[in-house]
Amino acid sequence: MNDVVITETKTMPMGFTLPVVAAAGAFFGLFVGTAQGSGLLGILIAGVLCAAIAYVAIFVVGTAQERAVRWACVALFALGGFLFAGIPAAIMGALFGWFIGWFAYWIGRCRYRMTLAPYLTSGQVLWHYSFRVLCGAIFVFLITPILVVMPLSFNAENFFTFTPEMLSFDPEGYSLRHYRNFFQSSEWQHALRNSLLIAPVATLLAVSFGTLAAIGLSQPHVPGRQVIMAILISPMIVPLIISAAGMYFFYSRIGLQGTYVGVVLAHAALGIPFVIITVTATLVGFDRSLTRAAANMGANPVTTFFRVQMPLILPGVISGGLFAFITSFDEVVVVLFVGSANQQTLPWQMFTGLREQISPTILAVATILVGISICLLTTVEILRRRSEKMRGMSPG
Amino acid sequence: MTISKTLLATTALTLAAGTAFAQDQEMADSMTIVSWGGAYQNSQQKAYAEPYMENNPDVSITWDESSNEAVAKLRAMNEAGNITWDLVDVVASDAIRLCDEGLAMEYDPDDLLAEAPDGTSAEDDFGDMIVSDCFIPQIAYSTTFGYRTDMVPEGADAPSDICSVFDLETYPGKRALEKRPINNMEWALLCDGVAKDEIYDVLATEEGQDQALAKLETIKDDVVWWSAGADTPQLLADGEVFMGSTYNGRLFSLIEEQDQPVAMMWDAQVYDLDGWIIPTGLPDDRLARVRDFVTFATDTQRLADQAKYISYGPARESSAPLVGQHADLGIDMAPHMPTNPENAGNTFLYNYEFWADYRDDIDAKFQAWLAQ
Repeated sequence: MNDVVITETKTMPMGFTLPVVAAAGAFFGLFVGTAQGSGLLGILIAGVLCAAIAYVAIFVVGTAQERAVRWACVALFALGGFLFAGIPAAIMGALFGWFIGWFAYWIGRCRYRMTLAPYLTSGQVLWHYSFRVLCGAIFVFLITPILVVMPLSFNAENFFTFTPEMLSFDPEGYSLRHYRNFFQSSEWQHALRNSLLIAPVATLLAVSFGTLAAIGLSQPHVPGRQVIMAILISPMIVPLIISAAGMYFFYSRIGLQGTYVGVVLAHAALGIPFVIITVTATLVGFDRSLTRAAANMGANPVTTFFRVQMPLILPGVISGGLFAFITSFDEVVVVLFVGSANQQTLPWQMFTGLREQISPTILAVATILVGISICLLTTVEILRRRSEKMRGMSPG
Repeated sequence: MTISKTLLATTALTLAAGTAFAQDQEMADSMTIVSWGGAYQNSQQKAYAEPYMENNPDVSITWDESSNEAVAKLRAMNEAGNITWDLVDVVASDAIRLCDEGLAMEYDPDDLLAEAPDGTSAEDDFGDMIVSDCFIPQIAYSTTFGYRTDMVPEGADAPSDICSVFDLETYPGKRALEKRPINNMEWALLCDGVAKDEIYDVLATEEGQDQALAKLETIKDDVVWWSAGADTPQLLADGEVFMGSTYNGRLFSLIEEQDQPVAMMWDAQVYDLDGWIIPTGLPDDRLARVRDFVTFATDTQRLADQAKYISYGPARESSAPLVGQHADLGIDMAPHMPTNPENAGNTFLYNYEFWADYRDDIDAKFQAWLAQ
């Protein structure tokens, strides 16, 4: 960020710096104050304190001693936090001290304009940064539930509670018992086995049918392409509960309800739209003259498909397959209807476990599943980049 | 010589009869039992299923934790003509509904259930607990209050009266109440000065319902509404609420097994029953297996054994004296039973008739009031 200086820095007037830094401090003070019983007092104290820091940093010491001032901030707030509420507060305090030290100079020395063009109005600069803060806030909003779950899964208690021991980083407050419970309980292992038996087979079916459908539907001469496409994608659009109820009655009539095959077929139907969409998207960039060239050189359509077309659309097929896998692996509604207790999958077990006994084992499983999902999505992303590189769409 | 011949002949006859009997009663070797999951299902597995499987090693039992939606699922199964459940654990009110709809099988207690060790017939031993022709009772549980002992205000006594739920001045803090009118309406009227034996007469009138809701209104801002039995223990453990209603077995587990600073307030606890129903329309071999299992699982000893794992009272009178100590903790279970005289000073029995008639109306009113 600081590499290219477009606009020279200067010291901002006191009437600007002090209120802005005070407001930032007051924002955090509100949280601390509320936690201690008086939000208003928190705002006041933090606001005044931060304004004082900004005054000392910018107008008394200046940039010459910047490093020392910022370290002093970190130390001051860490010490304050420690005296206030022990080690966790000290860590929070140090983080806040680092932030306010940086923020005071950033505002007071006009550094926020450093990477921006000099002719921008104040409004444009404000928008530039509010936009980033907004995006960050949305990101935090989306990710927080997952981040809360992870430490809770190491809870030593049998409840969804941050115990005082956990908050003071006492090793006693943490344990792997919920992970142990997951690996030792026959119910959870049964559910895990079911999930691992159902998802790959459903994925295989979804990938085979979905790829074939996508290739067929990308031929311009197929009559009623739009209609067929809409029908095939409908499991993604129709509310899941409707599909599930329909499948339940249909599968009951033909004897598939409550069987392994039934659940696999249902999950395959849910996965097919993902495969069709990703493969169709890959096929858009596929050069049809390649198949004609292969045919010209004597390859039959099957050879052409496996030797020419498949390698080129493989990234699309694999990412579609991964989506189909995650759909099956995370699916709870359809399996509740179509499956019986013998096909109890992980999400089903989590669902009943959450309703009947709020046990942190669910959190342990959730953490493991999040880990698996991250691995799978990373794979998708790597494949996507590779495919772009192969097709020369990205310089990377 | 003659004696041994006679003996041989009788043995052969008995054997033949035995085989004939066995062929008669061809039994399926797998069963799907539906229950509530958690500690309760665990107690059933330990007390009923494990000993049963020891006697019948080739039988496999699958547990389905779907009792919560049993009524809806049984309806769907009936509609689809595909009954996949063999035995379903439900609360008495659900059993009555399923029986009325013809989804649960009517049975003859003296034919299906084992008699007590002293020869008392099953029908007399279970007595009033058989509240429906389809309902095979297992346990009596109660819905009652637990409170955080460390959150009792200084200078105040520990709450021992149901009306302390409505007393925000002495006992400030959040309360957890079930998100349905049943029990809450009775408690509200009781604490609004209605005599206990007049509660259902009052509650049958519009004014009475409004009176109960008005009483609940006084604490509405401080109520956290729960819908699953696990919610209140979690809220109490978190310290999110000061007191809350839930099933007594959940509170027992919270207090004794999880060591949380919580105590029971048994006042005005509401008894309810939980038991089995057998779905109608089972094929003969599966029905034979279920009947065999039910006879075993509801005998005097088995019901008493269940109380080793969870603090619910056995439904048979003859089981009560056999209730012993907790299987892991080694504490006496009798004082933790809702039916223990010390806990049963002031009790209600879930009024099946009243709620069957008024549930829909009062429910609608209650939900509308909640949304206000």
